[in-house]
Amino acid sequence: MVALSQKLLVTGMDKPSRRSLPLSSDQVFRLASLGSALLVLIVLAGIIGSMIYGGLPAFREFGLGFITSSVWDVQRDQYGAWVAIVGTLTSALIALVIGVPISLGIAVFLTQLCPPWLKRPVATTIELLAAVPSIIYGMWGLFVFAPLFAQYVQIPVSSIVEGLPILGTILYARVPSGVGVLTAGIILAIMIIPFIASIARDILDQIPPVMRESAYGIGCTTWEVVRYVLVPQVGVSIIGAIMLGLGRALGETMAVTFVVGNANRLSLSLFDPGSTIASRIANEFNEALGLQLNALMALGCILFLVTFSVLVLARFLVARATVR
Amino acid sequence: MDTMSQTTTSPPVAWGRVRRSRYVADRALKAICILFTALGVFVLGWILLMLLYQGVSALRPEVFTRTTPGPMTQGGGIANAIAGSLVLTFLGIVVATPVGVLAGTYLAEYGKGSKLAEVIRFVNDILLAAPSILIGLFVYTLMVQPMGGYSGWAGGVALAIIAVPVIVRTTEDMLRIVPGSLREAGAALGAPMSKVITKITWRAARAGMVTGILLATARIAGETAPLLFTALNNNFWFRADLMGGVANLPVMIYQYALSPYQNWRELAWAGALVITLTILALSIAARLLFRKETAR
Amino acid sequence: MKILPYAAAFGLAVASCSLAVSAAEITGAGATFPFPIYARWAEAYNKETSNRLNYQSIGSSGGIRQIRAKTVDFGATDAPLKGEDLEKDGLVQFPVVMGGVVPVYNVQGVPAGQMKLTGEVLADIFNGRISKWNDAKIAQINQGVTLPNATITPVYRSDGSGTTSVFTTYLSQVSESWKSSPGAGASVQWPVGQGGKGNEGVAALVQQVQNSIGYVEYAYAKQNNIPFAQLQNKNGKFVSPDAKTFQAAAADADWKSAPGFGISLTNQPGDEAWPITAPTFILVHKNPEKPEQVAEALKFFDWAFKSGDQMAAELDYVALPPQVEDLVRVSWQADIKDKSGQPLFKK
Repeated sequence: MVALSQKLLVTGMDKPSRRSLPLSSDQVFRLASLGSALLVLIVLAGIIGSMIYGGLPAFREFGLGFITSSVWDVQRDQYGAWVAIVGTLTSALIALVIGVPISLGIAVFLTQLCPPWLKRPVATTIELLAAVPSIIYGMWGLFVFAPLFAQYVQIPVSSIVEGLPILGTILYARVPSGVGVLTAGIILAIMIIPFIASIARDILDQIPPVMRESAYGIGCTTWEVVRYVLVPQVGVSIIGAIMLGLGRALGETMAVTFVVGNANRLSLSLFDPGSTIASRIANEFNEALGLQLNALMALGCILFLVTFSVLVLARFLVARATVR
Repeated sequence: MDTMSQTTTSPPVAWGRVRRSRYVADRALKAICILFTALGVFVLGWILLMLLYQGVSALRPEVFTRTTPGPMTQGGGIANAIAGSLVLTFLGIVVATPVGVLAGTYLAEYGKGSKLAEVIRFVNDILLAAPSILIGLFVYTLMVQPMGGYSGWAGGVALAIIAVPVIVRTTEDMLRIVPGSLREAGAALGAPMSKVITKITWRAARAGMVTGILLATARIAGETAPLLFTALNNNFWFRADLMGGVANLPVMIYQYALSPYQNWRELAWAGALVITLTILALSIAARLLFRKETAR
Repeated sequence: MKILPYAAAFGLAVASCSLAVSAAEITGAGATFPFPIYARWAEAYNKETSNRLNYQSIGSSGGIRQIRAKTVDFGATDAPLKGEDLEKDGLVQFPVVMGGVVPVYNVQGVPAGQMKLTGEVLADIFNGRISKWNDAKIAQINQGVTLPNATITPVYRSDGSGTTSVFTTYLSQVSESWKSSPGAGASVQWPVGQGGKGNEGVAALVQQVQNSIGYVEYAYAKQNNIPFAQLQNKNGKFVSPDAKTFQAAAADADWKSAPGFGISLTNQPGDEAWPITAPTFILVHKNPEKPEQVAEALKFFDWAFKSGDQMAAELDYVALPPQVEDLVRVSWQADIKDKSGQPLFKK
């Protein structure tokens, strides 16, 4: 890896007094750059290391049963990650189900349907959604959205589905307070929309216009262009963008902590409170002792693992489009 | 990055001989897309309106000059939280910028396509998307416990760890855009690599790099989770040595918003308004700066 | 480099912000139970002495954890530590003030002061055995009050809490079924209901959710005008919570009967006694790492004993009886020492 500059390095340019130094300023700069880059590696290794080190006692104590147990009893020092895992996955899934169609709709609008004068303001507005701090989403969710949700959705739906076989369990709110797994999912959806929408928009923009134009040329409607020309071209990368959004949804802490209800029990109803891994850690970390602390670190490990896998997959899929 | 290419909208179609189902599907798609976009804009507007409504009524001049009051005490403000947030964000950026810029420079100029550079890019992307609460846990173990207390230093380091990947990414991207001819011209004049980079390449990519730093600042200004275990909060001004907890807007908002005290809740809204407006202003500034540069 | 003057100016601004550098700053964390009174005292103390007491309410378990990890100067807990735990961690424990835990409710059509409950009924509500407000057992003790036919939402503490400890200790004392499960402790397995963080979180949730019932420290209920219920005490009388009934519960307490003054005041005899009264405690190290900090903390509590009674009364906490305060001071001098063996508290 011989850089071009080293071939061109003219030692005559160095001041005479510098020859006595072991390292020239050029080499120092290079080392500093390399060192900073390696620091990034070291930090990640440190994070993973400290998580594993902290979580190991919990895994040793409960074995793999830690992942499947839904008991979280601080009194008796029995911990299981299942409730948190289910909450995390459920809220993330809801976020995707709601957020992905909306993001894709926005991306299609911005790239295919939007008149040029409207493009910039709308795009900026959507991207500003990403700039709003997550705690603001939490406050909006808890103080504005939750009461409305309770009154206009939870109560009517509960009274309709009461007694029905499956819906009666999933959509029944024993206590319509507006907070719960579904609310958390909705808030998460709003948070990941700007991410997926802007990446999808960039991906769609990269398709050479000639493909679109040829399709329109033979008389396709916009819907057909999207469905038969654009999506097959970049479908895989769009999935990558979706996975990036998923990664964000899995790790989101503050917005979720406000609206998820923080229950330690597993409930079948989407309207009931639950908890996610991130909200559990945020709630209990400052007061956790001994095995509880290890259990929380172990939860962090699991979260990191899941997020890591999702991100690796996403990166791989998104890269497929840019390689072309 | 913005590639605002020419939108090719469908030319006006004479629907005369088109099957009805195609027509319906097309209209439906358009309607849905417009609806969804309107929804997104609507939600942002709703949130901002809520903030303005709740926050403006709580904004008094003393909010910026007095420190956080006790529960149910009249008066008081969030001056210590604002100052603390400024200090923590500043600390985070001051630590993150050199590391981020140098690392990005390495990836763009020295490492380029090498195996090591690929690995570092990958790791950087992981860190970029990692849940910030895990970073808070890491810094707690690394700094708070050994140092024997919550501190502004730990908070600054946690924020720096979140900011570095953003700066690395944007720096590398911006440096990549600089045409090779500039570098070659510098080398042809006999300049060593470091001089080429610092005096020529960095200068050419300056606006983009500053954009990256602004974006990183906007990102960390609103982070709560990592500060929960590192800087915690403080009811007074921070100490000169930054030990013992530093008041900051996000954690203060978290504590006060969930409390039952009216005066605290009002201050939480005021803080939320301040922080959102600041971050939005930073984001818009970054956007404007970047557009000016690429328009050249 | 152009940035230097700005950096210098900023640094100067930062340094000048922490004006009273010579003033002490003490950090404490823990129970949310006494938070209102500690915050009020800290404000007043700061005005008088410009020393700053930064208290963060993160829950009793948080206070215990942070003092053990030595990340704070003192920890605060409502549930007293047992003697052997104090020995193991080298901690000294002392009470500061007393208060009461009250059941708060938000029931349609039942205004403040109209709800009566007994210990057993309370336990059954939180156990899930009584699930509707117009249940016969509740109606029986509330003759003449129209109770709605609505599901009860119990609200409990989602974080490890001394308030929960006190509350569940009381429930275990008055209900056999509660005693066996879920039992007493800082964090129990609540069979039904929703969790709120801190006394603040529970108070906020009860205010928001209709037909809910929770338990909070009295000051939270009073300051936010949340209706609280009357309880039947050991002598069979229905009492309302206030300073008088808290004091009645503490009247005959024997503070020396447990190590570190760690006694319980729940379900005490007496016609006027409030059944869920509790003292709240401070934890410091016997030989602290930063003796000057702990010495300042002790000065603060000494000041609170001397001048803080009025403020405590305003928030409906009960000050310790003077003789107990003297016992506490004796314990400070005897047990809390710096590295050279000198006591940190000087009269």
